[in-house]
Amino acid sequence: MASNQFPDINELASFYLRMQVIRKAEEQLLLDVRQGRAPGQVHLSDGQEAIAVGICAHLGDSDQITSTHRGHGHFLAKGGDVKAMFAEIYGKAEGICGGMGGSMHVADFSKGIVGANGIVGAGLGIATGAAFANSLDGDGRIAVCFFGDGAANQGSLMECMNIAALWNLPILFVCENNGYSEFSPSATVTSGVIADRAAPFGIPAQRIDGNDIDTVWSVSGQVIADIRGGGGPAFIEAETYRFSGHFSAEEMVLATPYRSEDEIEARRQSDPLVRTRSVLLERGMSEDKVAAIEADAEREVADASAFGEAGTPPDAGSAHPLMFAGGDL
Amino acid sequence: MARIRMIQAINRALVEEMERDERVILIGEDVEASIFGDTRGLLERFGPRRVRNTPISEQTLTGMAVGAAASGYRIVLHMMFANFIYTGFDAIANQMAKLRLMTGGQLSLPLTVIANYGAGRSTAAQHSDTPFPLLMNLGGIEVVAPSDASSARGLLKSAIRSDNPTFFLEPGGRGGDMGDVPDDDIVIPLGEANLLRDGDDLSLITVGSMTRMTLQTARLVEDELGLSVAVLDLQSLVPLDEEAVLATVAKTGRAIIVEESRDRCSAASHIAALLADRGFGTLKTAVRRITVPDTAMPYAPSVELPLMPNPDRIMGAVRDMFDGDNPA
Repeated sequence: MASNQFPDINELASFYLRMQVIRKAEEQLLLDVRQGRAPGQVHLSDGQEAIAVGICAHLGDSDQITSTHRGHGHFLAKGGDVKAMFAEIYGKAEGICGGMGGSMHVADFSKGIVGANGIVGAGLGIATGAAFANSLDGDGRIAVCFFGDGAANQGSLMECMNIAALWNLPILFVCENNGYSEFSPSATVTSGVIADRAAPFGIPAQRIDGNDIDTVWSVSGQVIADIRGGGGPAFIEAETYRFSGHFSAEEMVLATPYRSEDEIEARRQSDPLVRTRSVLLERGMSEDKVAAIEADAEREVADASAFGEAGTPPDAGSAHPLMFAGGDL
Repeated sequence: MARIRMIQAINRALVEEMERDERVILIGEDVEASIFGDTRGLLERFGPRRVRNTPISEQTLTGMAVGAAASGYRIVLHMMFANFIYTGFDAIANQMAKLRLMTGGQLSLPLTVIANYGAGRSTAAQHSDTPFPLLMNLGGIEVVAPSDASSARGLLKSAIRSDNPTFFLEPGGRGGDMGDVPDDDIVIPLGEANLLRDGDDLSLITVGSMTRMTLQTARLVEDELGLSVAVLDLQSLVPLDEEAVLATVAKTGRAIIVEESRDRCSAASHIAALLADRGFGTLKTAVRRITVPDTAMPYAPSVELPLMPNPDRIMGAVRDMFDGDNPA
């Protein structure tokens, strides 16, 4: 297993590029919201990139993921097109969902991205259903359900773990525990250890440092291999932190902050991007090469933003025909 | 042609569609035991891969139906009683009804939800609802309700073949109704009403559980009042055969809508609005609705049955229509 302990330097460099693209894309999106290029609001996942990238590295297009309202990172890590994502969030017809979904609903079924979701915990049932379909096909496809510590308090998590264990479904439950359930510290709304909730169902669970790309990649690689081999459901609780707020306009709606600047600064010490960068340097990559990756990411995001801005607003009448397959009822 | 019960016709439609398409999968609460009889024998016939009892976990089951349908299967989800739709409503209202639009039409969701609806059997308030209004209002959901054995088979076959989420609402307590079912592979297109009888003086517009009673009442109206009465079975509420509604009322000028929702925002209200919008010039008098008053269904038959649409209430509306302020 030693060879699987860490990604090799080239893989790690590709993960770092993906993480940088996600980070820079979200930084750009925050500006876009504030400057009016994006009509809605966004929920950023800055600080959580290692989980999406480390886990999706083990998935193919036919594996499905369900995501959360904080879904840009999952979308991009699973191979979603960054230009189509920007166009979507700018509300353009060239968007991945034709401008009909926006930030909270980025999805690309051709890539197994069953979608971000605006309802906390809603991906659980959908992922379990996708895993059920995979089990019927028996072709080794797996479903990965990303959800937060807030969603862990939805009863459907218990329901889904019950069915997944009962039917031995190929599903990985990934709880991204960022310490906040929207605006409430997890400790005030969540009892016990979330990963421990899997044990009564006989589902193997691990708690990992979600900001360490090596750990995320190696642990999830082993777990996913077990699931593909017919081992049934598994659970990972990845501890992490989001540097941005729950959503992009929270300063305008909250009377007082729910966390301190000191806390956020302290957590920046374990920023997964900073850590991955250090590892790349430690393992012999030159400062120039690392900087080149960062420049590549910046260019990719700038191109995507320009593509989105150049897009066309969808026609006013374009919603109704999309409601039903087979046209407008 | 075979003479069978409605519940047998539903069972037959399931068998036929599961034989026709191996990607049709049936899941749900007690589909093995099958308290209504509609899914009886399917496990033995198709095996546990395709016919599966589930836990009583509605919010997950509706979500799973979405996930499995999005992954290439044609899912039939049996939710037992229509009231249990409420416990599974997030994935119905927020996912099923919206995912196609939200993803820019990337996917179709070929899934059918079966649930038994309606009152009249002292099942009390939590097992008696008719959830037409809320399902009709979601936008991305097809809603059908059969009225007899033949329409049950034809509509369910269409529902299963539809690429959209479709609710097939079984009229509660009507499963034993005998009816003639053709041997051919007949499907009833969704959105096609069935004019059960034509008439010149009055249109009774109905759906699902209320159809047989309405048809019987039409004969009574004809015998007692000498009126010529049309009966239109809508069969499908979404999509709705608006032209059939407008056509019968254009002929008779009078409409009474009979269905089992609570009145406020009912299917009947929607049809009355349609007539006001597009059939106003053809109306000789106000449209009447015979629905359930805005109350939860009580248990005691002495209170429950008078709240249901029934021949007396229809006769009262007819008399009012013809004798009252609006003489024929």
